[in-house]
This record gives sequence, structure tokens and C-alpha cells, in this order.
Amino acid sequence: MGNHDGGRDVKLSCRNVWKIYGDNSDSFFMDQDGKVDDLQEHVNKILQSDHIVANADVSFDVYAGEIFVIMGLSGSGKSTIVRCLSRLVEPTAGDIILDGENLLEKSADELIEIRRHKMGMVFQSFGLMPHLNVIDNIAFPLKLQGIEKAERYSQAERVIELVGLQGRESNFPNELSGGQQQRVGIARSLAVEPDIWLLDEPFSALDPLIRKRMQDEFLRIQSKLQKSIVFITHDFQEALRLADRMAIMRDGMIVQIGRPVDLILNPVDDYVREFTKDVSWESVLCASDVCQKTSGSLKGLGRVSADTQIDSLLGYLAKNKNGVAVEAEDGTVLGIATATGVLAALANGSSVPPAKVKVTK
Amino acid sequence: MKLKVDRGFFAWLFIILSTLVLIFLQDHLKWLSTYPKELIIPFDHWLNLGMGFLITYFGWFFMGVSWLLEWPIDVVRFVLQSLPWSVVSFLICVFAFIAAGWRLALFALISCMYMVVIGYWSESMNTLSLVAISVPLAVLIGFGFGVWAFQSQAAKRIILPMLDIFQTVPAFAYLLLILMLFGFGTVVGLIASILYSFPPMARNVLVGLGRVPAEVIESGLMSGATNRQLFWQVRIPSTKRQLLLGVNQTTMASLSMVIIASIIGGTADIGWEVLSQIRKAQFGESLLAGLVIALMAILIDRATYGFAKNSSTYQPRSSMASWRYSLIAIAGAAIFFLLSSLIPALDIWPRELEINPARGMNEGLEYIIINYRAAIETIKTMAFFFIMLPAKIGLQGSVSPFTWGFELQTWHSFSYAIVLTGFSIWCGIRFNMQLGFMILLFAIFFFIGLTKMPWPAIMIIYTYIAWRLGGLTLAIGTFFGLCFLVVSGIWPEAMLSLYLCGIAVILSFLFGSGLGIWAAHNSTVSAILRPINDTLQTMPLFVILIPFVMIFKIGEFTALLAIIAYAIVPAIRYTEHGLRNLPEGVIEAAEMMGCSKQQLLWTVKIPLALPVMMLGLNQTIMYGIAMLVIAALVGTNGLEQIVYIGLSDGNFGLGLIAGIGLAIIAMTADRMTQAWSYKRQKDLDLQID
Repeated sequence: MGNHDGGRDVKLSCRNVWKIYGDNSDSFFMDQDGKVDDLQEHVNKILQSDHIVANADVSFDVYAGEIFVIMGLSGSGKSTIVRCLSRLVEPTAGDIILDGENLLEKSADELIEIRRHKMGMVFQSFGLMPHLNVIDNIAFPLKLQGIEKAERYSQAERVIELVGLQGRESNFPNELSGGQQQRVGIARSLAVEPDIWLLDEPFSALDPLIRKRMQDEFLRIQSKLQKSIVFITHDFQEALRLADRMAIMRDGMIVQIGRPVDLILNPVDDYVREFTKDVSWESVLCASDVCQKTSGSLKGLGRVSADTQIDSLLGYLAKNKNGVAVEAEDGTVLGIATATGVLAALANGSSVPPAKVKVTK
Repeated sequence: MKLKVDRGFFAWLFIILSTLVLIFLQDHLKWLSTYPKELIIPFDHWLNLGMGFLITYFGWFFMGVSWLLEWPIDVVRFVLQSLPWSVVSFLICVFAFIAAGWRLALFALISCMYMVVIGYWSESMNTLSLVAISVPLAVLIGFGFGVWAFQSQAAKRIILPMLDIFQTVPAFAYLLLILMLFGFGTVVGLIASILYSFPPMARNVLVGLGRVPAEVIESGLMSGATNRQLFWQVRIPSTKRQLLLGVNQTTMASLSMVIIASIIGGTADIGWEVLSQIRKAQFGESLLAGLVIALMAILIDRATYGFAKNSSTYQPRSSMASWRYSLIAIAGAAIFFLLSSLIPALDIWPRELEINPARGMNEGLEYIIINYRAAIETIKTMAFFFIMLPAKIGLQGSVSPFTWGFELQTWHSFSYAIVLTGFSIWCGIRFNMQLGFMILLFAIFFFIGLTKMPWPAIMIIYTYIAWRLGGLTLAIGTFFGLCFLVVSGIWPEAMLSLYLCGIAVILSFLFGSGLGIWAAHNSTVSAILRPINDTLQTMPLFVILIPFVMIFKIGEFTALLAIIAYAIVPAIRYTEHGLRNLPEGVIEAAEMMGCSKQQLLWTVKIPLALPVMMLGLNQTIMYGIAMLVIAALVGTNGLEQIVYIGLSDGNFGLGLIAGIGLAIIAMTADRMTQAWSYKRQKDLDLQID
């Protein structure tokens, strides 16, 4: 799966991170790198001594400019891990590498500097300062840096425009709707122009219609800014919509990492399959997922790009028996997608038991 | 329903039986009824010695502090006294307007005019000047302790009990200490008022800082806040409302203590005025002066509360607004200042324009008392013979031809025993075991009398209840607290306090919950009760005494009524609050199952509201004890009277011991009722804010 992103820079790397709650949480690790021989055995040992394992051996990389979604149900440790990334929660063991430097080795002062310039975070219940109006809330991180009022207001005004809150500058949080409050939260986290953007269930407190709209806005903003993003959610559909790559967590551990389509095509276990089974495949699969390598002639075949969704191809394939050539961005042909190939892929993902077919001779 | 026999049953049985045995034995073993004199530990003597030492060697230090504090008081007093009343009144009205709008400003105007016209302006300003100095100091100290307790667990463990002690040990008990250390004068009132009023601030700071949502803190951290920035720019501003509520409570406590402290005299303030008029039995005058305190209390309360309320609704407002207010205040004050130099009546209200209805009021009162003497006397004697006396010395002591109209025969006692045993068994089976045993215990108490019970029996019962409600720690604490009462020789007086306060609390809780239930179901009743409750709650305790003394003269019955009048408020409030804020789903579900109104109330609403009602009982007890101390002024015999005697005789040790005794009673009762309420909350999975 990694090869799709091969060659891109790793922005943030989470290596063997553990978070244990309890009186003697440090006693379970000889050295701080968090590597253990047998993961399950080690977890059991910790649980037996009345400690809580919030994160166990969590490792993943976030590439520059990608949206990395961590998806899990409540209690799966997803909120803890995003707090470990920003050191709001101090990991028990493991390493957090940001731009090649270990975040866990930074002093308190250095950490403050990093948070002031490199990180932005958005919270589920917004975390707005109740006593500040919109523009002061957004300019708050700048104020903490000691930036002059005029300067920070002009910077804040820029992100206010980005999130579409013009005209609301002097309102207080209690006068805004949930969606507007989260726009303030998003604007505030972007005010310092961070490289890495952490979003902890930013849209979970909003109602479905607003959520959908905020997701669109989020994608629009990201297409402009190209930040490196860690996005936490408990909503699988949301993860599918937004993720370049995603990780599924359970009981503090990562179950599977990959592109959404990888998870759908090859779920590692029943837990992941449980999430993926209700997804309508034709809207997730794209041409490159169903095409088959061919050595035959491509003459007379139509061509589509690799990321074409297959539901938009169905009509074409119904009329053209030979299928369609699928080409990558650079123009090389990846293979041919045919109606049979699509059907086979769809059949693979169907959760309906196969009908009894009478065979007559 | 079958009676469940378990460990609790046998424990209760053991308690009842041992109580009966101890009662039986106390006729033969003298030390069971009264703790032997020779074994009393003279704590009071030691305290007096320690006090003497402190004064001899460190007296200069306290005198120095006293001298320093005298200055700001004198300055404020001088300013308030020398400014024309019209200027001060105008500023108060502007202040009230900013705090809570024109209604309060109007109220402020009426209040100021009242003080002026009745002729208590100068006394009122003396009181105000003490409050004006004590509040900022108390707020500062409270803030410091609150922040300290928030930041250090170790400090918190010391500070919280300290706050408890300052709030529960009656002020009369340490007034003398302050008097001896700091010397006679207004400083005593100031220091007493600071000591009494900083705890609410500290508590609110602690609560407020703890309640800042985690995500707000986290977003502050992620914005790159340093520790100092996080504290001053995130934590403190987002807990502003709680801080201002703290200021509100501190101000009220300060006012009430300034009034109480005037008992030592020499302050020429409004509290002294009330007190000396009561002593001279001039009730019209005392009521008029008391009204000044009441108006002041309401005004200060509403204004500071108004600030707290406004602070949570942020609105876009130009900075012009605050400029405009200051401008209006300064300009208006200047205008009134000029006017008052032209019109002397605006500077000092002329004596001949003062209205004094006291005389008429006294005559009216006399008329009422003379004409309704029979009715008043009947109420008094009925309550005394049939409730207070039996509770105090038991039916065995109080039933006589003179009181009940017949002699207590053996068969009377037997039938009493049989009927009540039967009743408690029936209750135990029908409802629950605990209730049955409680009734039985109560029956024994009522027959023997609280003051005639052997002290070991009461210790056993009280400690057992503490253990059941709050676990081992509370039981141990309670046990040692009671031991202190016994060995310091104040047990008999403690029982007298318990008896008076106990009756008052039970009656307050019964009537109060009744009213609360009514108010919860009837908005009119609720609307009528609310302002009455508000007023009673903000009233300094002195004032509540006045009407009762006027009608019923001094004595325990008057004290009882005064305590009930004050302690009934939380019972009403909490019951109504509890019943009105039940989870809606449960009520709807019960209605859908076809509950009648009665069933709904008794089987659904009250059980669910019980934890809140228990918190109300907790507050009723606290209010009761607070008022009990003040009621010592109208003649009671318990610990509160010793505290008062200690103060007037200059016996510091004695007063403080009795004060600590009262604090022990208050704190154990507080912990027990709270533990009970939280246990129920947990069982019912309710969340009470």
C-alpha cells in the first residue's frame, strides 16, 4: 500500500507509541522506544496489574500534504493518540518525530515554540474562549506570541475570510451556531499558519447537514493550503470522504492502515469488514482497482484516468464489450477494465448471500 | 413483603437494645448520665493560658497590624461621611444601574431615601465603610487560597478543612480572640468579617478553576500558551462568572459579619443601632434600623449578582459604554456636590424633616399584644408543653397534671411502648427496616428526653449512623468529635443545642418540603415564595430575630421560631428545585403507564428528587446552626449561650471550646447528609450540579 505514496516526504511520524494510565505506568518499559517482542502478551501483562492501556504500540507516518484519518469507536484511543502527537498527553513510551526531530525530547519552552508556529488543533466541542469575540478568539494564538494588535487582526482577518465568517468578527461564541463556532475553531488553528494540522472529531458535534457542508469546506480549504493533516473521527463515512489514507483503531491499537479502497478490498479482519460491508462499492472503487493487466492490443479502446469512479463508467462498459483502457497520470496504461471485471469486483464486496441458480443442461 | 434479616438488622437491634440497657443502667451508674467532673480536661484553661502568652510576647505585632488597618477604614469612613448624602446616593444608583438595570437603580434610590429620611444615614455609611474595606481584602485572600488549593493537592487537603472551620465555628467564639489581640475598635469587625467572608471566595475560585472545560485548556495550550498565559488569559477569564459569584457571596458574608461584630460596640454602625434598640425593648426603632440592613443586603446582593450574571452573556459592546458610565457618574456627582452646597438639605438631611414612625409602631404592637395576649400565650404554652418540653426532658419528665392535665401512670408508659413498637414494626415491614428502627429510636428519645439520655448511648447511635452513611473515616471522625464534647465537659449544653436546633430543623424540613412540593406544582405559589425566600436568605440574621422578639418576647420559643424562619428557606428551595428538574423521560414514562398524580408524586418524583432534598436538609441544618448562634441573644441555654457568655465575660477559652463544639455538630451533620445524598445520587445515576 505504501507504494502509492512512495517518494513523498514524511512530515510526522508516530513510532511505537504507548500511553498507559495508572500509578506505575513507567514500570512496563525498560527503554523508552516502546518496542516490545509480543504485543498482546505485553498488553495483557499491563491490564492484569490494574493499569489502563489507552494506546499500545501505535505507529504510522503522515506524509506532507495528505489527509490522514484515524477512525475508531469511542474508547479506541483515537483521541489519546492525537493528544500524544501534540504532547497534550505525555506518551508513556515511543517516539513522535516531527520534521525529523523527536518531539518528546523537546523542553517545555521548545514545545511552546513548536505549538506556536508548527501545530494547529481543532477540538470536538470547539474549545473557544468564552470571553473573547470571534476575531480575538482567532487572534488569540498570535496574541500569546506578543504580536501587535493591528498586525494580528490583519492576520486573523485573512483566515476569517478563508472560513467565511466575515461580518461576525465582534460576535461572542455564545451567539454563534455550532457550525459557526467550529469555523472559528478552524480559523484559530490556521491563524499561525501551522505545517501540521490536528483535528479531533471536528464535525462530530454538528448535525448531519451542517457536517456535510463543513466536510466540503474542509476539503476546499485543504485543496488551497495543502497542510499535513491528522483527522480523528468515529464516522466511517466521513473517513471515506476525506481520507487520503486512514487507520482503523481498536482497544488502543491500530488494526489496519491504508487507502480507503485498500481497507474495503482487503479488510484484515472481521472488525474492519464490519465497517466496510455497508459501503456501496461502485462509489468507492475506481478504474485502477478493477483493471486487469493485459498484454493484448489496446487498439480501439477508449481511455480513462486511473481515479475514475466506476459507477460513472457503468454506462460505457455496458455498450463496449472490450472494456476501457485505464491510464495513470503520466499516460502509461495500467490495464483494461471490463464489465466482467467490474462485476467480479462488485460480487466480491456484496454482503448478500448468493442466490441459488438452477443449472439446466 | 418479607422483613429482610441481614447484618444491618442485627446491628440496629444491637443499637436499640444497648440503648435500652444504658437507659436502665443510668439510674444505678451515675457516670452514665453525667460525665464525671473530675475527668473533664480543662481545655478552656489551657487556651486562656496560651492566649495570655500570645498577647504578652506577640501583642505588639497584632497591635501594629491593627494600627495599619485602622487607616484605610478611617479614610473611607471620612470620605463617605463628609460627602453629601445626595452625592453618595447618586453614585450608588449609577452603580446599581450598571450592575442590573434601572429597576435596581430605582430600588437603590428608594433605599437611600429611606436611610436618609428615617435618620440612619450616618450609621449606614459607617457599616458600608467597613464592608468596603473588608470585601477587597477578603476577595484577595480568598483568591490566593483558592488558587493555591487548586495548584497543590497537599495545600488543598489543609485549606479545605480550614475553610470549613472558619465557616462553622460561630463568629462570637473568635470575636473575643480578635478583640484581645487587636484591641477594641472597628478593626475587630473588619478582621472578623474578613475571616468569615474569604472562605466562599476561596471555594468559588477552586470550583471555577476546576470547571474550565478540558478542551478550552487544551486549545490554550495548543495556541502556545506559557503557564502564566494559560492561567491569566485562559483559566481566569473563562471562570469569571464563578469568581463574581464568589465576590457576591463574600460581600454578603462580609456584611452579615460586620453587623454581628457590632455586638462588641463602639462602632456606631447600623448593627449596633439594632442591637441596642432590641436591648432597650424598643421594637419599633429596632425594626426600622433592621430594615436598613435588609435593604442594604438586598441592594448589595442584587448588584454583585447582577455583575456575575452579566459576565456570562457576552455581547458586542463598544468600549464607549464604560466611558459613558464613568462620565455620567463623575458629572452627576459634581452636579449634586454643587447643588448640595446651595441647598443644605441635599448635604445633610435636616432633623426636622426626619420621619420617625417608631412610636406609632410601638403603640400598635402593644395594642396587638394586649388584645391577642390569650392567643399568643396559648400558642407558646402549647408548643412548649407538647413539643419542646418532651423533646428536652422526655414524656416521663414533662407529663404532669400541670402540663398535660394528668399524671403519668405505668399503664400509660406501657401502652406508649406497645403502640409505638407495633407501629415501628409495621413500618419496618411495610416500607423498610431502617425506617422502622428510626421510628423506634425516635420513640425512645421522645419518652426519655434528649438531655436525659445517657451520653454513651447517643455516642453509639450517632457514630453508627455516621458509619452507615459515610463509611469508616466519617465514623472515626464523628466518634472523636463526640469524645471532645464529652471530655471538655460541654456535653449537657451540646445536647441542649441539639435539642433546640433538632426540633427547628425537623419542623423546617417538614414544612419546607411541603411548601416546596406545593410550589413545584403550582407556579403562583412558586412566584409568591421566591421573593420571600430571596429576602430571608439575604437578610443578616439579626434582623430575622426582631419580629419574633416583638411578639413572643425572649425565650426558647422565640429562638425556635426565628431558627425555623431562616432554616425553612433551603428546604423549600431544594425541594422545589429537585422536583422541577427531574429527568423528563422518566416522568413521561410513568404518566404513560397510567400513574395517578398522587402515585406519580410519591412513587416517582419524590424518590428521584430525594438526593436533592437531602442536600436541602443539609443546608437546613447549616442554616439552623448559624441562626442558633444568633438566637443566643434572645435567651437559649445551649452551647451558643456559652459562646455568648464567653464573649461577654472575657473568657476566651470557654467561648472557643463551645464554638468548636458547635462546629463539630455542624460538620458531622454536614458530612453525613452529604454522604447520604451522594450515595443516593450514585444509586440513581443522577447528576446534580
